[in-house]
Amino acid sequence: MARAVTPRRKLVNTGLAWAVGLLIFFPILWTILTSFKTEGQAIASPPIFLGFDWTLENYSVVMERSDYGRFLMNSIIIAGGSTILGLIVAVPAAWSMAFVPSQRTKDILLWMLSTKMLPAVGVLYPIYLLFIQLGLLDSRAGLVVVMMLINLPIIVWMLYTYFREIPGEILEAARMDGATLKEEVLYILTPMAIPGIASTMLLNFILAWNEAFWTLNLTAVDAAPLTAFIASYSSPEGLFFAKLSAASTMAIAPILILGWFSQKQLVRGLTFGAVK
Amino acid sequence: MPLGNALRAATALSLITASAAFADGHATTITIATVNNGDMIRMQGLTDDFTEKTGHTVEWVTLEENVLRQRVTTDITTNGGQFDIMTIGMYETPIWGANGWLIALDDLPAEYDVDDILPAMRGGLSHDGTLYAAPFYGESSMIMYRTDLMEAAGLEMPTAPTWEFVREAAAAMTDRENDINGICLRGKAGWGEGGAFITAMSNSFGARWFDEDWNAQFDTQPWKDTLEFYVGMMNESGPAGFATNGFNENLSLFQQGKCGMWIDATVAASFVTNPDDSTVADSVGFALAPDNGLGKRSNWLWAWALAIPAGTEKEGPAKEFIQWATSTDYIELVAENEGWANVPPGARTSLYENPNYQEVPFAQMTLDSILSADPNDSTVEPSPYVGIQFAAIPEFAGIATEVSQEFSAVYAGQQTVDEALAKAQAITNEAMEAAGYR
Repeated sequence: MARAVTPRRKLVNTGLAWAVGLLIFFPILWTILTSFKTEGQAIASPPIFLGFDWTLENYSVVMERSDYGRFLMNSIIIAGGSTILGLIVAVPAAWSMAFVPSQRTKDILLWMLSTKMLPAVGVLYPIYLLFIQLGLLDSRAGLVVVMMLINLPIIVWMLYTYFREIPGEILEAARMDGATLKEEVLYILTPMAIPGIASTMLLNFILAWNEAFWTLNLTAVDAAPLTAFIASYSSPEGLFFAKLSAASTMAIAPILILGWFSQKQLVRGLTFGAVK
Repeated sequence: MPLGNALRAATALSLITASAAFADGHATTITIATVNNGDMIRMQGLTDDFTEKTGHTVEWVTLEENVLRQRVTTDITTNGGQFDIMTIGMYETPIWGANGWLIALDDLPAEYDVDDILPAMRGGLSHDGTLYAAPFYGESSMIMYRTDLMEAAGLEMPTAPTWEFVREAAAAMTDRENDINGICLRGKAGWGEGGAFITAMSNSFGARWFDEDWNAQFDTQPWKDTLEFYVGMMNESGPAGFATNGFNENLSLFQQGKCGMWIDATVAASFVTNPDDSTVADSVGFALAPDNGLGKRSNWLWAWALAIPAGTEKEGPAKEFIQWATSTDYIELVAENEGWANVPPGARTSLYENPNYQEVPFAQMTLDSILSADPNDSTVEPSPYVGIQFAAIPEFAGIATEVSQEFSAVYAGQQTVDEALAKAQAITNEAMEAAGYR
């Protein structure tokens, strides 16, 4: 039986949730505020929260110095491409592991996850040499493949978890009605797992968007995404925090907007099957 | 079903973008990897002049210093050919030149006047007498101090002060109630941050990284004296949390009037005297970095230079760019557009003979600091390495990063000087043994 929640407890919980939410959001808020300050105001001590002369100069400088559109397009292509490629590979893999598991399925799943524990820099040189041989350096195609590969274990794990929540009897019934394997996956399994697939897509897109090791090391001009755009404003010898904040705000704005509009799906997907 | 439609739309969009990913083209212009600092940004803004003169266009890859270092190192060691020009420093140039990774700049035309490059810079960017990178700008380190606070303390800064004077002056200028710290110095871990400062400082105390047989020297008295002096002075007169302060943190403190003295890169002089950014712009004086009467000062020498990787297919245009960017004509172009205080300093002798530049308040002290630094003779006792704030061997960056982490732990009060030096000795000897030096 569910325990009754008193109005006072509800108020406390809501207050706590807001406090934690604001705490998590504060660095982003501070970055956005700093982007509207002058360089002098950005380093002022004590820090100025709102009482400063708001300026758009940093955005103007950043737009003048960098081709933001090119970086943005590369980010969309790399994150979008790797997400869709990842799903194409991961849906059949997760279906197989969820509905026709072998004795080694658990081991394979754990092994896949263990590849995420390898420090990326450990395989930088092999991948770099491979990219030179294949002519993939500074290409979006190369980045799409690498992003897909590094996020694949997470996609497979998430989809496997969602698929496991779908009763196998439904798929059996479809088979008895004459559904082929393709029809079973496309018309029965996929529609039932849409919340899970949607949240997997969103999470993978965000992970690929924010990835900064491979995108910085495998690109130069043509394929450089927004992570390289931000890195170009970081300086150890010179105070350019306001411009860096403007560049960061411009880089995270698309993903923030995407997250804002899809938060219901994201939450629904992430909690799918969590409570029975 | 709206959710399904959304999913299908997202899938379609992703498919379009994924297919576009396979339609890459290849640029035909010169690609230059560089750092994000004031002089480099100015150069990017003036590139049209180069294009006008030569017809070549330029693509810039601007990265944070440490990211750039990793990026260009990966590319040059694998012959990746991603860049036609790389911005590298005095540490990398002789090592990479010796490895045959850089194209020698030994055929520059007479009008380029290679002899005009300051000898210290030319020496630091050469291997076996061959120039492998052209200095875009050079720097040493010096004292920047508040003339008003010094006067209020009843002291006068000598042109070439000792560490004892600096410590006394720092204590006299410190005013904790008004948030004024007598001295601000780097303490941040990292071989190019706090590691560079303490190594340069240790030279003036008679310390060195290695003896002539590549044995670590952290178990010697000069290193103990260096660290104890630094920690004592900073605890007396330094800012809170100095263990995590690097160039930018100290620049910020100085510009806000919270430091009596700051010993750091000479290029900072243009920042602290710029009234647009600095609240103390009109009361800044300059002096040579301190010494201890042992014949070596505690200033370093560094240059950001332009080099051509051996893997490039555009050697000709790359050389043309280097000639343009490091020429006297370029300096005049910057002066015309941005004023003499903003020209790239520390690279050419003729700049310091120019009457217009001589009027810049920090010009002479910058030159004196650069001229007093000798990478080939940086320590009191003989040492087997070239370099002042570093030893120009490939292993140094890794070792010095670890050692500087131990030193920063001392600054933060997490361990004693003796503990840190014992660890530094072990780390260094172990690494040198593994690398085959011992």
